Amino acid sequence: MEIDPFIFRLSIFILSIFVGYYVVWSVTPSLHTPLMSVTNAISSVIIVGAIIASLAGTNLSVFNQSSIFGFLAIVLAAINIFGGFLVTQRMLAMYKKKKKDKK
Amino acid sequence: MISANLLAIFYLISGILFILALRGLSSPETSRQGNFFGIIGMAIAITVTFLSIDNFSSGFLYVLLFLLIGGSIGAFIAFKIPMTAMPELVAGFHSLVGLAAVFVAISAFISPEVFNLGSTGNIKLASLIEMSIGAAVGAITFSGSIIAFLKLRGLMSGSPITFPGQHILNLLILISIIILTYFLCLNQSPNFFWSLIAISFLVGFLLIIPIGGADMPVVISMLNSYSGWAAAGIGFTLENTALIITGALVGSSGAILSYIMCKGMNRSFFNVILGGFGGTDQTSSKTSKEQKPVKSGNADDAAFLMKNASSVIIVPGYGMAVAQAQHALREMVDSLKKNGVKVSYAIHPVAGRMPGHMNVLLAEANVPYDEVFELEEINNDFANCDVAYVIGANDVTNPVAKTDPQSPIYGMPVLDVEKSKSVLFVKRSLSPGYAGIDNDLFYRDNTLMLFADAKKMTEDIIKNL
Repeated sequence: MEIDPFIFRLSIFILSIFVGYYVVWSVTPSLHTPLMSVTNAISSVIIVGAIIASLAGTNLSVFNQSSIFGFLAIVLAAINIFGGFLVTQRMLAMYKKKKKDKK
Repeated sequence: MISANLLAIFYLISGILFILALRGLSSPETSRQGNFFGIIGMAIAITVTFLSIDNFSSGFLYVLLFLLIGGSIGAFIAFKIPMTAMPELVAGFHSLVGLAAVFVAISAFISPEVFNLGSTGNIKLASLIEMSIGAAVGAITFSGSIIAFLKLRGLMSGSPITFPGQHILNLLILISIIILTYFLCLNQSPNFFWSLIAISFLVGFLLIIPIGGADMPVVISMLNSYSGWAAAGIGFTLENTALIITGALVGSSGAILSYIMCKGMNRSFFNVILGGFGGTDQTSSKTSKEQKPVKSGNADDAAFLMKNASSVIIVPGYGMAVAQAQHALREMVDSLKKNGVKVSYAIHPVAGRMPGHMNVLLAEANVPYDEVFELEEINNDFANCDVAYVIGANDVTNPVAKTDPQSPIYGMPVLDVEKSKSVLFVKRSLSPGYAGIDNDLFYRDNTLMLFADAKKMTEDIIKNL
């Protein structure tokens, strides 16, 4: 008897939910805003689907009905990836510890 | 071109790097490294996807071009956005993830052969269900986030918009989504697919309009979670491990944040979603209370009190963000410290408009994060503190939540501000807060009301220190 590959993906999915559950509970509350912006950035890994979709066209017609949606999705996801990671970086750079030499 | 097995292993590696990115956020020291892991994970995922393509048609150049366009827009926004606008930025970003999921699903529906999902009109049943879920959740995320964005940006009224039959309408729409999905699976007609997406947009819209401004922390977290589930749905369709792992991570992250926010308000998730918190009736029934005597003071009094205190606790709230008072506040704290006063900050879980909102603003104003404490960490310290300086917070300090079982906020965890020797309450008027109830704290003997704009008052106090 063969196992449907879907079951494997479902297993990965469910195990990841558990990993996410424990990892996120350990995030310190003061970093909840960067947590949101970084989760936002990583969920834009959906761009891999957009890239495959956008190459649906042929050499003669790069833009067809399906690839146009792919290209649009690339733009949206790219905004998110760059925007999300950079804004997270910017926020995290502001979190500083108390320094003795500070007035 | 690399083999499908190798590709899958690289996607797994990106997934693991994303887990490490979230893990890094457990402390500010490791967080920057975590973010770096996230960037590498993303770079790996994108690169191997390129490598997996066997025919480099001219479309490839356009992929790079669009990637660059989106990337520049994103980078521009990330550098320009003021920290006070973070809640609406996050809401806006969520809407983009949602819409991208919808677009990918549409593309997969139009040309399933590109994704090895069968042929047009004859898509594998499981893939069809997965892409319908991805598209529907994505569409809900998109329109819901747009409404949240407009409300946070102030382009739309922050007050809940309700109308009779709202819940019944939502229920009917949800049932129709299930029916549409069923028919879509039966004959794969594009009409059903388009209607499904259209109706899902409507759901997102209807779901968020009845939710008021102060409930935004829950809404943003919830939409964060949805964007994850949408990504996971697409991940199942495309059989992509990186997307499935990420979707699950983001989905559970958003769900946990929603839970923490709901707990911070002592409300159930459904109570928030169904909307309409605090009615006008409560406000009117308490009008008699407003006759009670209130002590009010000026910046001079406040400066005198704080200068002679040995410890001060600052309680910031959404009003501080609105008045952009965080920099003035830090200056005030600096001069207090020069006078030998011990100062710390107390942050309620739902202060502000998104989880961690106050922490980011204080960090922006160069407040060291080890002076900033969460509710459970600092609540016992109020009893030993001389002055509590409440700036822009209201409901989260209301002692009624502990004493009056009739109150709508009864049971909500609050900061025990009233236990400190004196309370300085910066507020523009005696008007009730978001919950529509009077704050008992205003009429206490140890409370001194400072009626002014948060930033202006703080600056005046600095002058008097």
